[in-house]
Amino acid sequence: MSALPEDGLVAVVKRDCPTCVMTAPVLGELARRAGVVVYTQDDPGFPETVPQRIDDTGLEASHRLHIEIVPTLIRVEAGREVDRTYGWDRAEWERVAGMAGLGADLPVSRPGCGAKNVEPGTIERLKIRFNETGLKARRIEIGADEDEYEAMVARGWSDGLPLVPPTEERVLRMLDGTSRDPQEVIGAIPPALAPATVEKIAINAVMAGCKPEYLPVVLAAVEAVLDDSFAMHGVLATTMFVGPVLVVNGPIRRRIGMNAKGNALGQGNRANAAIGRALQLVIRNIGGGRPQEVDRATLGNPGKYTYCFAEDEEGSSWEPLSVERGVAPGRSAVTVFAGFGLQGVVDQKSRDPESLSRSMAESLKAIHNVKLAPACDALLVVCPEHHRTFREAGWSKARLYEELYRLCEIPGDEIIAGARGIAEGGPASLAGSTLNKFRPGGLLIVRAGGEAGMFSGIIGGWSAGGPRGSLPVTREVRN
Amino acid sequence: MTILLDPTAERDPAQRPRLPRPERLDGLTIGILDIAKARGDVFLKRLGERLGERGIAVRHYAKPTNTRPAPVALAQQIATEVDLVVEGLSD
Repeated sequence: MSALPEDGLVAVVKRDCPTCVMTAPVLGELARRAGVVVYTQDDPGFPETVPQRIDDTGLEASHRLHIEIVPTLIRVEAGREVDRTYGWDRAEWERVAGMAGLGADLPVSRPGCGAKNVEPGTIERLKIRFNETGLKARRIEIGADEDEYEAMVARGWSDGLPLVPPTEERVLRMLDGTSRDPQEVIGAIPPALAPATVEKIAINAVMAGCKPEYLPVVLAAVEAVLDDSFAMHGVLATTMFVGPVLVVNGPIRRRIGMNAKGNALGQGNRANAAIGRALQLVIRNIGGGRPQEVDRATLGNPGKYTYCFAEDEEGSSWEPLSVERGVAPGRSAVTVFAGFGLQGVVDQKSRDPESLSRSMAESLKAIHNVKLAPACDALLVVCPEHHRTFREAGWSKARLYEELYRLCEIPGDEIIAGARGIAEGGPASLAGSTLNKFRPGGLLIVRAGGEAGMFSGIIGGWSAGGPRGSLPVTREVRN
Repeated sequence: MTILLDPTAERDPAQRPRLPRPERLDGLTIGILDIAKARGDVFLKRLGERLGERGIAVRHYAKPTNTRPAPVALAQQIATEVDLVVEGLSD
């Protein structure tokens, strides 16, 4: 049904709008001189000056007329809109109404108010009601007597924790977080290699507890793990501990309130928690990657619920991880690393960089097994108090990399099988040689954590780190 | 009724299918659950006898009352002890 008369004037107003109240006498004048159909968004009794009021508290006509501001005045000819104005502007109203001398005692102009039909929550409800969402995902009906939280778990959608029900309203609001087409395919999610549209990712982001403004980070993380060099299928399927670890850099960290400071790797920050969880749910639900199925992890690690944090760039003398990896300064980016858990580097006594780097190197050499080299990649999270020691001594990040690689050279004699009474280790032919704990490029350094505490951390990697397995991947965050 | 959007690749049916019926009962343990409806015990006892005559292992369980769901402990006990369950839903 059209909301428009065949010919004449249509206005949309609400009593809650002072500009609408101010123009009520003008609408009355229009009603007397030419006739006007007035749709009222909130109070069917308003405006009293107009006899032909139509109750639009259901906002259907407002939605069909695409009203964004009230008052809106529309001229219709032969059933079609030919002109419109919104707010109060005497010249505009006179032009649309085709008559002079309107509202002579009113100010020349006054801005209108936001229309009720475009308020958050309402616009989504109206789009759903008029089947204008464009959402393609299958609808799952949950019975009135069914507990929707239990129903989601029963369908296998959960990582074990409760999920936010992905209603059409919530998914529509989530999609407002990106300018990308909801039907754009980001890639094929392993292990099923099922196509992931922006919409499908948004559904999982809703379930994970994301706000719409997190979605660009989630999308960048999905793009990053789908880069062939990250080997997401292998990271999922391995019996080892790893899962994707996300490090976020750039201005988006602060815009969405991520935690790079105290307890950065722990609980309690919604953005950190939900973004990492959304990626895991994408793998689980779109890709079908589930524990004890294709996910063959022996133990896994708690980070497979979520493992996402921001680098503390403010106050750092080092370039952020994203910049080190080729992203322009000031741009937001996500780096994914196939990692697990956290091994502490507790050093409260070193006050010079030589001692502290030796301390870190000895801890790094223990990852996986002291008898294995090269063992795996590693992500070293340097806390502010440790960073201060390097900064005050003038050590750049490049210098720390250089020193750590040098200090992680291990005599082959120490790691051959059987040495130190441990069967694990390399072949006897390593005797007399030197091996490095890390492949070139296999060590990453970021800065994060609270201001107090000389406690840095090592996030271990996958034994198949490197070109034959998983390489860290960095992707810029796009809106 | 709530409508949710499917977060999966939609390769499985929207409605969860029932578990497939076993092809044969040999080697399975069958639980017989009396929900405490009148004369259900008579019917189920006879059913248990007939299954037993075929050499099938049978375990009997009973709900304290038909007016409430089975106690969680009973449901968990049944789930760990048998392969399938027969229960009489009404008299």
